[in-house]
Formats: sequence, C-alpha cells, structure tokens
Amino acid sequence: MKEIVVLSGKGGTGKTTLVGSFAALSQSKVLVDCDVDAADLHLLLSPSVKEEREFWSGHVASIDNKLCTRCGICEAVCRFEAIKNLKVDPISCEGCGFCSQVCPEHCITMKERMAGHWFISETRYGPLVHAQLGVAGENSGKLVAVVRNAARAIAREQHSNYIISDGPPGIGCPVISSLAGANLALLVTEPTLSGMHDLERVIGVCQHFGVPVLVCINKYDLNEENTHHIEEYCYTQGVEIASKIPYDNVVIEALVRNLPVVEYVKNGVARQIEALWQTIARALEA
Amino acid sequence: MIVSVASGKGGTGKTLVATSLALSLREKARVQLLDCDVEEPNAHILLQPTFTDREAVLIPVPKVDEGKCTYCGKCAEVCAFNAVAVLGQKVLVFPELCHGCGACSYLCPEGAIAEEGRAIGVVETGDSRGLSFVHGRLAIGEAMAPPVIRKVREHIDPQAIAIIDVSPGTSCPVVQAVKGSDFCLLVTEPTPFGLNDLALAVEMVRKLAIPCGVVINRAGVGDGRVEGYCREEGIPILLAIPLDMEIASLYSRGIPLTEGLPEWRERFLELYDKIEERVGVGTGQTVNGRKTPPFNRVR
Repeated sequence: MKEIVVLSGKGGTGKTTLVGSFAALSQSKVLVDCDVDAADLHLLLSPSVKEEREFWSGHVASIDNKLCTRCGICEAVCRFEAIKNLKVDPISCEGCGFCSQVCPEHCITMKERMAGHWFISETRYGPLVHAQLGVAGENSGKLVAVVRNAARAIAREQHSNYIISDGPPGIGCPVISSLAGANLALLVTEPTLSGMHDLERVIGVCQHFGVPVLVCINKYDLNEENTHHIEEYCYTQGVEIASKIPYDNVVIEALVRNLPVVEYVKNGVARQIEALWQTIARALEA
Repeated sequence: MIVSVASGKGGTGKTLVATSLALSLREKARVQLLDCDVEEPNAHILLQPTFTDREAVLIPVPKVDEGKCTYCGKCAEVCAFNAVAVLGQKVLVFPELCHGCGACSYLCPEGAIAEEGRAIGVVETGDSRGLSFVHGRLAIGEAMAPPVIRKVREHIDPQAIAIIDVSPGTSCPVVQAVKGSDFCLLVTEPTPFGLNDLALAVEMVRKLAIPCGVVINRAGVGDGRVEGYCREEGIPILLAIPLDMEIASLYSRGIPLTEGLPEWRERFLELYDKIEERVGVGTGQTVNGRKTPPFNRVR
C-alpha cells in the first residue's frame, strides 16, 4: 500500500482537479481530503456518507462567574490575550490551561472543544475519508492525522494499492501532518512568480521531512518563460517534472458539471493527466 | 481602517486584489499592506518593497536548570501540549510542541525553569514607493503560523488604511489574520469550488461579526451560482474582475494589475468607497466598538 499526497504551497493551482481525475483513473485505492478547512474533493466525487464522527480536540477555558472574585490573575498570565474583563474569547484561547492552574478560587475549568466532523463515505471510485473543521477551528493538523489514520485502516482492510490524499495549501501544520509517512508528494505549481516562490518553499518542506517529490506544472502555457525557469530550478534541485499540463477551459466545464476532467473529455488535458497518473504509479513501484 | 482580504479557496486572487487596492489608494491616503499569509507570502513579489527592518519571531520555550530541578513533574503535569516530560531524573523538552504559554516556568516550585526564544519565522518591514509594507515568513518545517501572524499584526498603523492579505482556508491562521478587521473582502471565482469555500468564509466572518463583501475574480468562467448565493445571503458583490489573459499574464510576471492596466485604479478606488460606505467611516459611527481613526476621506 502506497501513500501519495498532492500539495502545492500556493492555493488554486489544481490539486483537487488532479486528485478527482486520479480517483477515476486508479485501481484499488482509498481517497482522502486533507484540506480539512476548505474541503472541495467531495464536489467531484459525489460521496454518500456512511459514517459521521465528531472531532473533539483542544480545550477552551470557562470561568465560573459565581465563584470568581474578579482578582484578574487569569487575565494577567494569559499570553494570548484571550481573557478580557474576565471573559474568555474562545477564538483567542489557545487551550494551554495556564489560567485554570493559577486561579486562586479554582473557578476556571478547561472544557474540551468540538472542533469539527469527519466522514467515511462511499463514492463511485471507492471509499473517501473527508472532514469539515469547525469554522475558525484549531488543530487542523490533528484532524488531518485522524482522517489519514482512518484511511489507512480502510486501506489495510480492503488490501488497497493506494491512498491518494488531496492536500491543503501552505506549508504549516496541516501540510506537515499530510506529509507524515507519505511515500510520495506530487507538487502542483503554475508558471506565475507566486506559484514558483511557493513551490520552492513546499519543496523545502518535503526535503525537510524526507518525502520524495514529483512536480506537475499546471497551465504551463500561460507563461512559457516562467515554465522554463521552473524546469531549470527543479533540475538544479534534482526534482523530476512529471508533467506539463496546458490551460484548457474544459477543466472548468467539467468542474461545473461536478465531474473529474478525465470523465468529461477523453483527449487533450485528459491524456496528459492519464500519463501523469501512470508516471506516479511507476514512481511508487520503484 | 483595517480591511482584510480573504477567500476560503486558494488561488482566487487575494493577493491581486490586496495589492491593487493598496496601490490605488497609495497616492490618496496613508496606506499599509500587511501580508499575513506567512506560510506562502506573495505580496512582496508584486510590490517589490525595500526592506528596512527584519525581526525574528520567537516562541518562549522552557529551559530547565537541572541544578535546581527536583524532578517533581509539575511542569509536565501543567503542559497542555505534552512539550515537557519528566522521566526519572531527566526532563525532556520538545520545543516544536511548545506554544509558549509560560505555565511551566511560572508554576515550577523550584524556580528552575527559565525561558529562551526559539525562532519560528521572521517579520520584515519596508516600503514600496510610499506604501508601508509588512510581511511574515514562517520558517520551513515549522507548523505554527499564528504567532508569526500576530507579530505582523503588531505593526498595524492605526492612522493608516491597513490592508491585510490573508492565507486561504477558514482555520486558525485565517482567523488570526482577519479578526479585528473593520471589513473583510472575500475573493472568489464563479466555480463550484469557489462557491463552496466562499460559503465557509462567509460563515467565518459572520462568526467574527465582521461585515463583508465579495469580489468575483475570473468572472465569465463557470456558472452563475456565486451571484445567486450572494443575492440569497444579502452579501454585496463589490467588484467583478473578468477572466482575461492580459490580467493573468501580468500576474504571472509579478506586475500589479493597477500598474499594467492603470484604468483599474479607478475601479479599486470605487471599491474602497463602497467599503467605506458599508463600515460607516466618516459618519462618526464606531467600528468594532471603537472610534475609527481620523484620516482624510480618500476622494
């Protein structure tokens, strides 16, 4: 069983579009949406939810006003400015519990937070594990770990060949959690200066955690000079460019119909994506 | 006046909108751009600021003086993040798990725990031709963006129009960047992904009680469901930027929209006027419970 995660650094480069097509192209896999705060993969895969679970994580301080003597020590020790006028701002509260430790009246309790939901669903391509972090939620990295562990359990049980994860943008906590233990990261970029800058940083994160990478330049023909620079950069980093996909309106036409591109058209970009999946599958064999 | 530019979905054009708005206002008012997408900051690519100051973002992590330590285990007991463990006659600190709350140091009965700063990123400040510029960069391999974002926000100039470029999503880094804004612009694209993530972003700004308006980028692609959603929810669409190869090409080369196509300046000034109207600046109303700073109306 091999795990591949699709990342990009910069958002909107085409991660979910590609994962949707890989879902249709690959045999024997479990799909995961690791973009837990703005999940979109379900829009292409039309899942039916089989199991829904609550995600409890982290704590938030709660002051019992009846016992509180308004001494203000809690407010003084909090480094996250989460207590103002003896009221807790749950959005700022980091859940460290310092206030509850120092309250002389013992009137602050730390309550567990319901931080989101996660789902095991069935799709026409196989099982999908996905989640919805509560709005303004914390601990997205932990929720990513929860969905990935659930996907691994299903993959073991079903003897699946692959776990294919749609990753979040950025390089922080949920990205690091998506990378842990992955066999390969596919990095999707675009030929803009922003895309290039962000690609360099996400390559850095993958190298830091020792995960092998392949790069896909999406919409490569929007700026062929930049595409050339990306190719040069990847060459100097010893990173293989697995695919260059041209800009094509059919991608959005397929999306509007809630279909993976490869199920909407059979040639052009669809062929490119199919070849990319074969390259990935070969890289995972090696 | 603080205007944040967020989106839910990545790659919809937050940085395009934030930089264009800042550059359009630059000659009319005191303007500041703060790039709070500290994982993947991009605004500097378009604005090419000259940096004048660079400051490390430090998280205070415990440093145990084993000469004083009695291995009582209090530090490990109070740490909510399992960043300290006491095993027999040994104290183990895991700095990358530490949120820097200070509980262990304060509560150590022997006074054996001092704190030392651990760098997780940098904040750089500078100037881009009269526009004050601040951004943060999370160090590669670091997980915690919010402390870097908080540090960037400490530079907000209350006398200026502060425009905040936010990371995609709706989780803690986004909330850290957006909270306390007077207005939040939500940039989206007319596709099912754009709509799904716009709805999540709207939920977030409503939870924070911040007024919002929508900018539709790449208008003309996809379908009309974003407009329908905005109508139903009573959210104003303040600007539409068409799908245009010229605009895409300028962005790909790092050229701000309002430099490459100066006719857009006027549209961004109009956008700002609409924002001002909606937050009631200049009418003496208070915004977020405080008096808005006195600055000249833009036009």
